[in-house]
Amino acid sequence: MPHVVFSGSDAGRFTGGRTELEVTATTFRRLVRELDERFPGLGERVEVGMAVAIDGVIYQDAYAAPLAEGSEIVLIPKIGGG
Amino acid sequence: MNYIIPQSELKIVGTRPVRPDGVDKVTGRATFGADMTLAGMIWGKMLRSPHAHARIISIDTSKALALPGVRAVVTAADFPDIASEEAFVGEGPMNFRDLSRNCLARDKVLYEGHAVAAVAAASQSVAEAALELIDVTYEVLPHVIDVEAAMAAGAPILHEDMFTVGIEPKPTKPSNVAKRVAFAKGDAEAGFREADVIVEGRYTTQPVHQAYIEPHACLAQVAADGQAHIYSSTQGQFMVRAYCAKVLGWEIADIRSYPMEIGGGFGGKTLVYLEPVALALARKAGRPVKMVMTREEVFRASGPTSGAVIEVKLGARRDGTIVAAREVLKYQAGAFAGSPIGPGCMCGFAMYDLPNVDVVGYDVVSNRPKVAAYRAPGAPITSFAVESAMDDLARKLKIDPIALREMNGARDGSKTHYGVTHRDIGFLATLEAARSHPHYSAPLKPGQGRGVACGFWFNIGGESSGAVHVNEDGSISVVSGNPDIGGSRASMAMMAAEVLGVPIEHVRPIVGDTASIGFSHLTGGSRVTFATGMAVTQAAERVVDQLKQRAAQIWEIPPEAVEWKDGKAYPAGLNAGAFEPLTLAQIALKAGRTGGPISSEVTLNAQGAGPGFGCHICDVEVDRETGHVKILRYTAVQDVGKAIHPSYVEGQIQGGAAQGIGWALNEEYIYDKDGKMENAGFLDYRVPVASDLPLIEAVMVEVPNPRHPFGVRGVGEVPIVPPMAAVANAIRAATGLRMPDLPISPPKLRAALDAAAGAKAA
Repeated sequence: MPHVVFSGSDAGRFTGGRTELEVTATTFRRLVRELDERFPGLGERVEVGMAVAIDGVIYQDAYAAPLAEGSEIVLIPKIGGG
Repeated sequence: MNYIIPQSELKIVGTRPVRPDGVDKVTGRATFGADMTLAGMIWGKMLRSPHAHARIISIDTSKALALPGVRAVVTAADFPDIASEEAFVGEGPMNFRDLSRNCLARDKVLYEGHAVAAVAAASQSVAEAALELIDVTYEVLPHVIDVEAAMAAGAPILHEDMFTVGIEPKPTKPSNVAKRVAFAKGDAEAGFREADVIVEGRYTTQPVHQAYIEPHACLAQVAADGQAHIYSSTQGQFMVRAYCAKVLGWEIADIRSYPMEIGGGFGGKTLVYLEPVALALARKAGRPVKMVMTREEVFRASGPTSGAVIEVKLGARRDGTIVAAREVLKYQAGAFAGSPIGPGCMCGFAMYDLPNVDVVGYDVVSNRPKVAAYRAPGAPITSFAVESAMDDLARKLKIDPIALREMNGARDGSKTHYGVTHRDIGFLATLEAARSHPHYSAPLKPGQGRGVACGFWFNIGGESSGAVHVNEDGSISVVSGNPDIGGSRASMAMMAAEVLGVPIEHVRPIVGDTASIGFSHLTGGSRVTFATGMAVTQAAERVVDQLKQRAAQIWEIPPEAVEWKDGKAYPAGLNAGAFEPLTLAQIALKAGRTGGPISSEVTLNAQGAGPGFGCHICDVEVDRETGHVKILRYTAVQDVGKAIHPSYVEGQIQGGAAQGIGWALNEEYIYDKDGKMENAGFLDYRVPVASDLPLIEAVMVEVPNPRHPFGVRGVGEVPIVPPMAAVANAIRAATGLRMPDLPISPPKLRAALDAAAGAKAA
C-alpha cells in the first residue's frame, strides 16, 4: 500500500496529529477521496491547499498523478510565486 | 526526458536575438495600462480611509452624486457580500470575501488607504472634487502595526471571527494570529545536544514594496447587455477575469480581459484592486471608466511583501557538520490573513541536508495593506536570517563560508525538512561555480568586506495554453496566454522557431486576451518559460506533423516517408521518391488545397518544475562617518536549467539582485503613531538606482531540468533570495558588526558603529 507523509502541521487538525499513513489509493484523485472518507474535511483541504510530491517531483492539481507502492509520497502546501 | 532536439544541435535556443517588444518600448509606442483610451471614457477615483482601523458607521454619497459631471458612485453595498471561501487560484490561497473587502471596505477599514467608495466623473478633477463630498462617519478603533505587538495579549483585534488555525485545542478567543504552521524532521533537541558549536540570532525584516514603475491601471467598459471588457496592467488576464467575476457576482463569460503591456509586477499584480470597482462604475455610468493609481495609492493600498521577526538557531560539530537547526518565523500578512509563511517555513533550510530540523511559523494580521506576492514569496525573509546565521557559524568554526555550505549542501537524494527529496538539482554545481569565480578570491582593501549567501525557490508549472499558427506566407504567429513580464514572448518564439527550424525573424509572438487563447494561469512563480513554453513546444511539434502530412499530400507519398529538417520537408529516403525539398512557405501556400489552415493550440497542466538555487558574492565598503554602504562588486551565480535567451535570464538575475540590495539597505515602510504611512513615495521610500550599483555579474550554471523538452527551470524568483544576507554578511566582514535588522540604512549602521566604538573606548 502506498505510504503517504503529510508535510507540516496543516493536516494534523484533521488526522488527530497523525503525519503518516498507508492508503489504498493509486492516484492523487483517489487519495483525495480516500482522505476525505477517513478524515472528513481533509480531502477538500488537500485539494484546495496542497500539492503532492512523488519521488521528489511536485505535482500541483494533477488528479492522475500515480501513487505507487515504494514511492516517496509527500503532501506539501501548494506553492505559488511572484 | 528526451530532449526533442539534442542540446548540441540547438540553433536558436541559447542565442540572443533582438527582443520582439524592443522597438515598441524604446520608441514609447508600447501601450501600457494607463495608455488605453476609449470613446466616451470617463475617470474613476477612489476614496480611501484616513484611519488605520475604524468601524464604518455610515457613508453618504448624495452630495457627490449631485455634483455636475459625476456619473456614478459605488460602495461595498453595490457588491455582493460574499461568504468566506478559500481557494488556491492565484499565487497563493485566496479568500474571496477578503479580496472583495480589500477592494472596497464593508464594515471596517483595516488600514490607512483602505478603499471606501469610488466615483466616476467626466474628468479627474471632478472625480477628485466628488470624493471630497462623500461623507463617511467612522468610529476610530485602536490599531496595531508591529507583528509581535499584534500577537500580544490585549492587542486590538482586526477580525472578531479569526481564530488561530493550527493550535489544539481550538482557541475560544479571536486572535490576530491567523495560522500556526510547523515542520519537523528528526529530533532537533537531541541534535543540539550533539552540537559542539551553536549560533543563535533574532532578525527582523521590514515590509517592502515590489516598486513596479507602472502603477495599477485599468479601463473598463460594460455594454447594456452586460458584456464587459477590461484592459489592465496585470500579471494574469485570466486572473482578472475570474476575480472580477467572483467579486461582482457575474459570469466569467461576460468578461473579456485584455492584458496591456506591463511595467513591472514582481508578484504585486497577481491580484485585483481597481478592476472590479471600475467595472461596477462602468456598469452604473454606462460609459467606459478608467482608473489609475497614484504612486501614493500604490504604496498605501497595494500589497508589499511581509515584514517579519525570525529567530534562528544552528548547531554543528567542530568539523562543520550541521546537526540541528531551528527557526521561528512571524510574518505580517497585512489586514487580511495570507502571508507567505508556508514557503517561508520551507525555504530557509531547503538548501541543506540536515538531520534534525524544527520550524514553526505564524501568519499574523495587522493594520497594514494586505501583503501580495513578491518574487519567491517568503523565501528572502527566511533566508536573510538563516544565511546570516550560516555566516556566523562559518566564522565560529573558522571554515570558509562556501565550504561550509558545500559540506552541508543539498544534493540529489537529500531529504528536506518538509519531506520532499531533492532530485536533479544543481546546488553544489552553483556553489562550485561561485567558489571558483575570480571574484571570490579577488583581494580586498582595508575597510572593505565580502559576504556570500545562498537562496532556493521551488519554481512551479501549472495550467498554460500556447498556439502556433502558420500564416499564408509561411511566417509564424505564436500566441500565449501570459503577460510578458520577463521575456516570455522571446522565449516562446525561440522555442517554436527551434522546433519548426525557421529563423526567429519569421516568428511573431503575441499575448492573447481571454477570448483569443485558452486558459492560462497567471505569470508568476517563474512558471511561464517552463509551463507555457512546454505548451508552445508541443503546439510547434504538432504543426511540424501537419506540415509533413501536407508535404506528403503534395508528393502523394505516405506521411511517414517525410522528414522535417531546417524548416523544410524532405523525402525520408530513396524509397520515398526523388522530390525537391518543400519549404514551410511553399507548404503554407498550398494549405487551402491540402486541408486548410495549419495551426495547433495546446493546453496543458505542466508538472515537474525543477527547483533553482543561487549563490551571491557581495563586496562592500562602509563609510564609518555616515554609515553609508557602497556595493563595490556583486556576482550572482544561479542554476538556470537551460537559458532559452541568456540575456533575459541575466536580466532576471540582475533585477532580482538589485531589488534585494534595496531590501537590504534602504527600503521600509515608516508609520507614525496613528498608523499612517509617512514615506509613500519614491523620494522617501528609496529603491536602488543605477548610480547606487555596480554592474551585477550574472553567472549562469546550466543543470538541465530533465522534465522539460529544453531543460528549462524558472529563473525569476531565486535571485532575490540571497542578497539581503549577502550584503549583511559583507557588512559584518567590513565592520565586525552583525546587523540583524533590515534595512541596514545609514542612520542605523552609523548608530551601531558609534555604539561599538563607544563600547570599545569604555
